[in-house]
Amino acid sequence: MSRKPVKRAWLAWTPLIAIPVLAVAVVMASQALSDKPDVENPPASQPPLDLHPVVIRKPAGPPTIDTGQLDSAGQPVVANCTTCHTTKVPNPRLVHGKDLVDFHQGLTTNHGDRSCLSCHNPDDYNRLRLADGKPVAFTEVMTLCAQCHGPQYKDYQHGAHGGMTGHWDLTKGPRARNNCIDCHDPHAPQFPKLMPVLRPNDRFLRPSSSEDAHE
Amino acid sequence: MNDSNKTSLPVLNNPTRRTAIKAAGATLGALAFAKAISPIVEWASAETSIDDMLQKHYKELGSDDMDQVIARLEEDAKDNYGAEVTIKDQKPIPGVKFAYALNLSVCVGCRRCAQACHEENNHDRASSNSYIRVLEMSKGSMDMEQGTADYDHPVPQDDKFYMPVQCQQCDNPPCVSVCPVEATWKEEDGIVVVDYNWCIGCRYCEAACPYHARRFNWTKPEIPAEEVNPDQGYLSNRIRPQGVMEKCTFCLHRTREGEMPACLEACPTGARVFGNILDPESEIRWVLQNKRVFVLKEELGTKPQFFYFFDK
Repeated sequence: MSRKPVKRAWLAWTPLIAIPVLAVAVVMASQALSDKPDVENPPASQPPLDLHPVVIRKPAGPPTIDTGQLDSAGQPVVANCTTCHTTKVPNPRLVHGKDLVDFHQGLTTNHGDRSCLSCHNPDDYNRLRLADGKPVAFTEVMTLCAQCHGPQYKDYQHGAHGGMTGHWDLTKGPRARNNCIDCHDPHAPQFPKLMPVLRPNDRFLRPSSSEDAHE
Repeated sequence: MNDSNKTSLPVLNNPTRRTAIKAAGATLGALAFAKAISPIVEWASAETSIDDMLQKHYKELGSDDMDQVIARLEEDAKDNYGAEVTIKDQKPIPGVKFAYALNLSVCVGCRRCAQACHEENNHDRASSNSYIRVLEMSKGSMDMEQGTADYDHPVPQDDKFYMPVQCQQCDNPPCVSVCPVEATWKEEDGIVVVDYNWCIGCRYCEAACPYHARRFNWTKPEIPAEEVNPDQGYLSNRIRPQGVMEKCTFCLHRTREGEMPACLEACPTGARVFGNILDPESEIRWVLQNKRVFVLKEELGTKPQFFYFFDK
């Protein structure tokens, strides 16, 4: 007989305990949802949360062009794309940099049979455009490249294309990766010829002669 | 028997022609021997302390011993090179076995990897030494013995391809089996290492390596103090003494800390892929499973852990 009131008293406290517990759970769940990583460019496999990030370098944004003039402080005057291109009529037949007369002189173009407007967006020169006409930000240029260069993009997603620095073991530290245009000039994407460095100088590579063969 | 023979030394008292020639021969022999070993005596007294001479094999050093050895080596680096260095004894990571892959379709032969190795691993400056030899090869040939390493013109040439060769970290390493003093061995994570303080410099391993991957320190390495890489490993990039062998360690002082090797970070074309071959999700495993992969001189049965591949 004496036990029942004790039991009921404990039950009376239950909502007081359950409500804060539920509240904490709801807050944690909403935080977990809002902490979801940026899925704009999902990596090949979603890393567990305790791994350091793989950071892909991105272009700064829409490029600017040097007008060749200096301002009163001696700094070069640069123009944004839209400074000229809001009034200029786009020419869809323009293919070569050498055909440009007002600006962009000396621009080397050697990228298959692409024309300027294959990638540049005539409706908004501050952005690029995909093959289906959808605009894409300069910072997301890899999405544009990947349309045609699928095998390279697949290799890239698996870490088998493109330079990188940092950690192979993401539990120990982060990794930084180049994007397409860090290494490939989008207007002439073939990797340029280089002069090799550190010519080897070891004794076995020197042409042998009877005099120094046994020195 | 007469009295004079009893009391005096035979050689001095009976200077016969035979004894005189014996004495002269013995004196000349002793002088010649002293002259012959004098380089060793001079070298030992100048460069080698008693502690150096009495140091135990790497595998027999306790952690206290290793602390003392490292303190001594750091002191030596200060005395000989004027450089403040930190030497660690990085251990293999359990569950990790390193492998490397190199994409011959994108390597342009610029030798940036060899230069990064040269700087990272404290190589002798005058000899431009590096653990990587980039071979310029004629398209259509896969014989590395026909490659040229000292080309000096803009790269890539149209009729050539470029094949960097370094230690292949073989699973069946001939360099290890020929060592007469067990100064070189294969570690748990696959890296073939050298205890530079145990190596006697016989160069058997250099002769045994089919990839020409081992180097000998003909002279004391010369490096300006400000160019010495101070982050060093006992089994990797600490400055080697004269007269010992050395080799690529996949930069174990970096890679056992989770970092990429220096040659990979320096590659401007991203031709190099590095990682843990035991991890099925690793980049190296994806390359091995999805690319046309081959190893150098497979017929020798050395089981290299360095792989080459082409994109197409």
